[in-house]
Amino acid sequence: MSAPVKLPRWAELGLLPLINLIVALLISGVVIKLLGESPVSAFKLMVAGSLGTQEGIGYTLYYATNFIFTGLAVAVAYHAGLFNIGAEGQAYIGGLGTGLVCLWLGDWPFLLVLPLAVLAGAVFGAVWAFIPGYLQAKRGSHIVITTIMFNFIAASLITYLLVNVLIKPGQQSPETREFAANAFMPTATDLLARVGITFSATPLNLAFGFALGAAVLVWLFVWRTRWGYALRVAGENPAAAVYAGIAPPRIIIGAMLLSGALAGGLGLNELMGSQHRILMDFPSGAGFVGIAVALMGRNHPAGIIVAAVLFGALNQGGSQLSFDMPKVNRDMVVVIQGLVILLCGAMENVFKRPLAALFAKFGPKQGGG
Amino acid sequence: MPENSPAPALELRAIDKRFGSVHANRTISFSVAAGSIHGLIGENGAGKSTLMNIVYGFHRADSGEIFVQGRSVAITSPQAAIAAGIGMVHQHFMLVENFTVLENVVLGVEGSALLAGGLAAARKELGRLARDYGLEVPLDAVVSELSVGLQQRVEILKALYRRAEILILDEPTAVLTPQEADQLFKMLGRLREQGKAVILVTHKLREIMAITDRVTVMRQGAVVAEVLTKETSPRSLAEKMVGRAVLLRVEKGPAKPGAALLKVTGLEVRDRLGVPRVKDASFEVRAGEIVGVAGVAGNGQSELLEALAGIRSPSRGEIWLGGRALVREKLDPRARRALGLAHVPEDRLRMGVVASFSAEANAMLGYHDRPRYSRGLLLDGAASLAGCEAKMKEFDVRPAQPALRISAFSGGNQQKLVMAREIDADPRVLLIGQPTRGVDIGAIEFIHRRLIALRDAGKALLIVSVELDEILGLADRILVMNGGEIIGELARAEATEEKIGLMMAGVRGEGGA
Repeated sequence: MSAPVKLPRWAELGLLPLINLIVALLISGVVIKLLGESPVSAFKLMVAGSLGTQEGIGYTLYYATNFIFTGLAVAVAYHAGLFNIGAEGQAYIGGLGTGLVCLWLGDWPFLLVLPLAVLAGAVFGAVWAFIPGYLQAKRGSHIVITTIMFNFIAASLITYLLVNVLIKPGQQSPETREFAANAFMPTATDLLARVGITFSATPLNLAFGFALGAAVLVWLFVWRTRWGYALRVAGENPAAAVYAGIAPPRIIIGAMLLSGALAGGLGLNELMGSQHRILMDFPSGAGFVGIAVALMGRNHPAGIIVAAVLFGALNQGGSQLSFDMPKVNRDMVVVIQGLVILLCGAMENVFKRPLAALFAKFGPKQGGG
Repeated sequence: MPENSPAPALELRAIDKRFGSVHANRTISFSVAAGSIHGLIGENGAGKSTLMNIVYGFHRADSGEIFVQGRSVAITSPQAAIAAGIGMVHQHFMLVENFTVLENVVLGVEGSALLAGGLAAARKELGRLARDYGLEVPLDAVVSELSVGLQQRVEILKALYRRAEILILDEPTAVLTPQEADQLFKMLGRLREQGKAVILVTHKLREIMAITDRVTVMRQGAVVAEVLTKETSPRSLAEKMVGRAVLLRVEKGPAKPGAALLKVTGLEVRDRLGVPRVKDASFEVRAGEIVGVAGVAGNGQSELLEALAGIRSPSRGEIWLGGRALVREKLDPRARRALGLAHVPEDRLRMGVVASFSAEANAMLGYHDRPRYSRGLLLDGAASLAGCEAKMKEFDVRPAQPALRISAFSGGNQQKLVMAREIDADPRVLLIGQPTRGVDIGAIEFIHRRLIALRDAGKALLIVSVELDEILGLADRILVMNGGEIIGELARAEATEEKIGLMMAGVRGEGGA
């Protein structure tokens, strides 16, 4: 019988991802050993580099901010039964919106620039996601294919704009001039200084707060509103949705708009918070990491925050590692990330059956059907 | 079984099987003699399918032994079962639709690397089988063009061609007209005469009584009775299945029909390929009556029901509900619910519930945007919980745990919750597809009673069911569908199984449409 394997909720949400993570790290350890370095000191370095210092924590959370936005974007689409591979492109175009507001209106007061920048990021991201959503809803074009293609189109479009239109006159590198200082997102260092805490200078900025706020709103929306209910019904069982009077095409378009808007939040962190100009390839893969983050976080905002911090730590700890252990280069860090994605995403259920068997043997008995 | 009789064709000794914490088969012993038809009955989840799947090699028993013709055999796979002379006809046919009958029969036992030689030999052998057992099938016809009854014959031929001495049939009549079922039974009789052992797995007591020699009753994974068919009665079998006394037919008074609440004129529904599935259907359903729609599955009943509910758009015709033209106004299921049209869909799990959601979340499906479930922008958790608890109480849904996933409930309890949900909104017209499909006998009685109570409360009910007994038991008026047409209409008093059966097979009734 291929009955679905059932685990207690805490094991499903907590224990299983943890086991997957530990296995991924063990395999990474073997690889590091083969490279001739000590796995133990490598992991110590990674942990210390990402979570052991204020600077490490700052960078970890700064990366995590991007991953929260893109992870939420993937999760919202997932709940509507859609696999949005296009968070990368949506973040890219959404960032363009934020960037343009900052570029053109950057000398307006910050409190005016901020909402406009948030809005522009959301709208640009949503528009970019709308087209694949519309094509899926009305034409049946598969969203996985269209969103992948839209990543390429987004990259080409922004390259064109940066090279030909937005480039700062008189320079070689395809990027805009710096935003006016009013369009800088306050850094964590500045914000904490106001309440008397000194925090090392890192790119961590207020956008992290926006990401956390977005996570709370997504949670409320998906699980506590009737629209979220309709979205989940359509995602889980489109036939039941039609039966209930919910129109799946509208849900598909709505979910993609929301998904794109969330991905568009990345520009707040990356452009307003750190780079202060529009440049090439600023999402740098966060849209794809977001897929892993959503998978690992079980498409739940709380899980996504945890997974995003983990991937932020891998990013930051990995940079530290490649710095201190010359044999373990940047690519090795990508390998470790890949293993985490493989174990937590693609092979998430490998340990589910053995674990369920253990629970059936030793756990409290549940009523038989 | 006495010691001096010949070894039974199939004997199971102390078969035991667990799935995790579920004890699906509890030390089951069971034997079938050659040249007999043995019935196996039990409610859903009683363990019949598990037992047959063990015999056919889909599952392995945790303990126990299987003997075929007195010899112990290890059945580790369906191939091993076939080699041991066991054949199975599944409820859902395992045929390659675009192959011919001949190709289907030889599939997997072609006999030689080149097809031609094997096919010629097979043709000869099948000719012999057809003569011996009265199993005529056009060998060169493509399977998808055959009727369901003939497809079933192909399945039986397949098993016999593989030299099956023991034939297991799993709910074989679910897709047949009564006449086709009779033919099947005649065929099974021939098999019995030729010395084959036939196991008939079913939940229809009528069939057990009509054709079997012995019957084994299972309940909760154990054999609770094994009796000679001629020494038992449907009532006694039903009681053994359920474990308590049950009413097989619900008492009801005469209907007092009032005004027509639902009116359908010239309705035509086409499928995605443009093939008409419902043709020119016109009828009405009045307050205080139950109209039953009978027909073999797949003759347009599903499409009719979905068109009425607003899930499919008809290509022609109109549906009137309380003076509103539902088709012209393009009202979706939500708008129709608001007008008092509730719908219990045919296939609960596909359409009526979201399997991964809790009972509580399912108890408001379709009504989730009503003000009673909202508090400002958010859903009112307390209201949905209270709503679910009330429905569970009223319809005796067990276990009464709103937080439990709906898929953890039995079919009968799922159905009760869906019915509770649809009735809760106090509809004027209720569409019900297969009210008791996959529902245990105990719950069937409960559901039938509720439907009749609704009728007596002045609701208009339209019931689509492939269970003729159910239609005959509930309906005040019966519409019979064949090939998408309403081929005849009968008042309950003049309806007999034979008349309806003929109409289901496409023979127009006297004075019919």
